[in-house]
Amino acid sequence: MATEASRLRVKKVGDVTQVEFIDRNILDEANIQLIGEEITSIIEASPRPKLLISFTNVDHLSSAALGTLITVNNRVKQASGQLRLSDIDPQIYEVFVITKLNKLFEIHETAADALKSFK
Amino acid sequence: MNPRDQTTQDSGRVEISHQRDQIDGAVKVVLEALTRHGYTESSRFAVRLALEEGLANAFRHGHKGMAAHETVLLEWSVGPADLTLTIEDRGPGFDPAAVPDPTLDANLELPSGRGLMLMKAYMTSVTFNPKGNRVTMKYAKPPAKAGKK
Repeated sequence: MATEASRLRVKKVGDVTQVEFIDRNILDEANIQLIGEEITSIIEASPRPKLLISFTNVDHLSSAALGTLITVNNRVKQASGQLRLSDIDPQIYEVFVITKLNKLFEIHETAADALKSFK
Repeated sequence: MNPRDQTTQDSGRVEISHQRDQIDGAVKVVLEALTRHGYTESSRFAVRLALEEGLANAFRHGHKGMAAHETVLLEWSVGPADLTLTIEDRGPGFDPAAVPDPTLDANLELPSGRGLMLMKAYMTSVTFNPKGNRVTMKYAKPPAKAGKK
């Protein structure tokens, strides 16, 4: 069966699934939809998912991408899981602050810090 | 245009269809104009974000229910001190005052509604025509910080 090219790099670190984006610019709506579907599959594959989304190498992020992150956060919460974000460029972090999404997400400076925070 | 010429206005208009390569092409042309006029990386980030959000709103909301081939008109005018971007869709328009504030606690977990607020946050001004199908965004180049070019 033909599959769409993945937009994510996924690795397991202990019981945490760490996700990074392949694209520097997360702007394209079709790609954002694919990213959402891929992350949803990861969440559904684990009874209490521990998910770390690293934004290393990401330069631009649209509000549609923020919307997908919120949906991911809601799904992780429904599954009694844990979600952490890390490695967010200062300019993109400002977008989180302006939208007050820094209050919704648990954001760490580095992936290593985020990994230590899982319970 | 002479790439070192920062004194004249850089302007243009283009019809864009809802395809990534066309959006990327238009954004690239506008950002190149910013570079020619000495805007910083921070300004380029702000303008790119507002332009992407404005175009996304035009296609996603303005053209909702319309044929996919319908185009959006982008006009830009970039000068050494400020710039103006106008995006006009072919839809029925909307009331920007009716868009809920996505930063309220009650709306924080809603997955949509942040594009317009980001445009307003990053641009100097964002205004709509009475019909609500044309947005005009203005951005004033911030004064250069000491120690920076």
